[in-house]
Amino acid sequence: MSDTFLMGCGAGFSGDRVDAPQSVVAAIAASGKPGAIMFETLAERTLALGQLARLADPEKGYDPLLYAFLPPILPICLEHGIPIISNFGAANPPAAARLIRRQAESLGFSGVKIAVVSGDDVRGRIDLSLLDLWEGDAGAELRQDEVIAANAYLGARCISDALNAGAQIVVTGRVADPALALGPLVAHFGWDWHDWDRIAAGTLAGHLLECGAQVTGGYFADPGYKDVPQPENIGFPIAEVSADGEIVMTKAPRTGGLVSTRTVKEQILYEIHDPSSYLTPDVILDVTGVEIKQVGPDRVRVTGAKGRAAPPSLKATVCFPGDWLGEGEITYAGPNALARARLAGDTVTKRIHMRGLDVDIRLDMIGTQSVFDSDAFDLQGSFAEPVSEVRLRVAVSGAKKELVEQSVQEVLALYCCGPAGGGGVRTRLQNRIRTASYMLPRNVVSPSFTFLDGKGS
Amino acid sequence: MASVLLHRIAHARTGDKGNRLNVAVFAYEAAYWPYIREQLTPERVLERFRHRGASNVVRYELPRLQALNFVVDDVLEGGVNGSLNVDGHGKTNSYSVLGMRIELPEKLAASVSAP
Repeated sequence: MSDTFLMGCGAGFSGDRVDAPQSVVAAIAASGKPGAIMFETLAERTLALGQLARLADPEKGYDPLLYAFLPPILPICLEHGIPIISNFGAANPPAAARLIRRQAESLGFSGVKIAVVSGDDVRGRIDLSLLDLWEGDAGAELRQDEVIAANAYLGARCISDALNAGAQIVVTGRVADPALALGPLVAHFGWDWHDWDRIAAGTLAGHLLECGAQVTGGYFADPGYKDVPQPENIGFPIAEVSADGEIVMTKAPRTGGLVSTRTVKEQILYEIHDPSSYLTPDVILDVTGVEIKQVGPDRVRVTGAKGRAAPPSLKATVCFPGDWLGEGEITYAGPNALARARLAGDTVTKRIHMRGLDVDIRLDMIGTQSVFDSDAFDLQGSFAEPVSEVRLRVAVSGAKKELVEQSVQEVLALYCCGPAGGGGVRTRLQNRIRTASYMLPRNVVSPSFTFLDGKGS
Repeated sequence: MASVLLHRIAHARTGDKGNRLNVAVFAYEAAYWPYIREQLTPERVLERFRHRGASNVVRYELPRLQALNFVVDDVLEGGVNGSLNVDGHGKTNSYSVLGMRIELPEKLAASVSAP
């Protein structure tokens, strides 16, 4: 049991707190035990944004926050032998690796072994008409010739192989999020890839870590019910994993946040559908028998993950161009605020119809009824008056940018033409990306890794 | 029996995949678990999201965690890339479920903070 591996997480999404990894690597280094740190920064459509960035500039397409995440922790990781594993390579892992090499060199470290995992990009290698649609955005007409990005979720094997070959940093594109932890765990313990319960335990550790603070008190606080100490300084998670697959979830000392049975429970089921069959490239994870127990302050033991043979196919996410989303907002406050906001919404709707702008429209009364409502505004009868202030939001979408732009401009025009006392107009226009997921036969995908200097497998 | 807000006796977290939402609900105390399990049916949760276009709800029970996991289909108006909702991911919907009510025996309900 003394042989534990400390698997830390430094980011749970692209846009996470950039100073969070520092206390994680400091705690791993101070423990004197072996460990690694992962960063999970790839949401479903992030890869499409990365592909578009790469098309515009061949040295771009990786996570835009990469410049901020790594330099503060590179010295301690390299000096203490703490590997860094991340999917922040996004659509361009080799360019990310080159940036990291430059960062390391500017800090005085030369010859750093940086591995690049490839094989996830299957654009041009798949025929959508022959594949099974797994899940996707409703109503999308999915055309092969419009594919922006198509990436399979790779498993942990290449990560593990790269680490065993001496990688200090492993840069990937799309991999299954838990693979970022499973790879280092298998590399360290030498688990058999068919030892399903251990592979399941490593996958569960990765699942608990992959959203960063979401298991240590982030996305958890509900004042008076679920209080979180120092939410401004939440310690990101560290999983202490033993050779037999027992996990203790914890966090760095002297940080905020908390690790409790409640924080761990919420994350176990996060984005899980059937808890007996969580499909990953490496194993089918069953969490129905998982036991959790508080074994110390900010220490929760997690045992009982079960695994079954990995599924025969791999999930791939395919990104297509979407429509345009336009949003305009304006606030009304004080006496009769809600009536004025409603009149404003009605006025903008009539203007859009009068001008014949072909867009879909939704109205929100932010502060009274918004996110729980449907696009059809079904709940409008349930507003409770009076409100002291309300923010009208007009959201429109359509295929043509100029029509969406003109519709949103009608919110701005409320300044002079709308009801009395409106203020604080903000407008925003966004080109959207649609995604769909398919199941790919494994033989379409050939994962591999290479070191930045050219050697590899 | 007395009616209490689910929020007083349970916590919850939501996740999304495409046009599908999962809402996991966790009893704060073992004493509440049987009542939540009995009354927070998939039919009631489907009714909660019907106006959003929800077509089906599957409920998974996790007695060891004293948790229910609801998977709600077609509820996000096309998902984050198609919805006009300000919260396209549907992340706020855990608190829509926590706004539902559960009947507890008078004595147990009295031990729960108001309302």
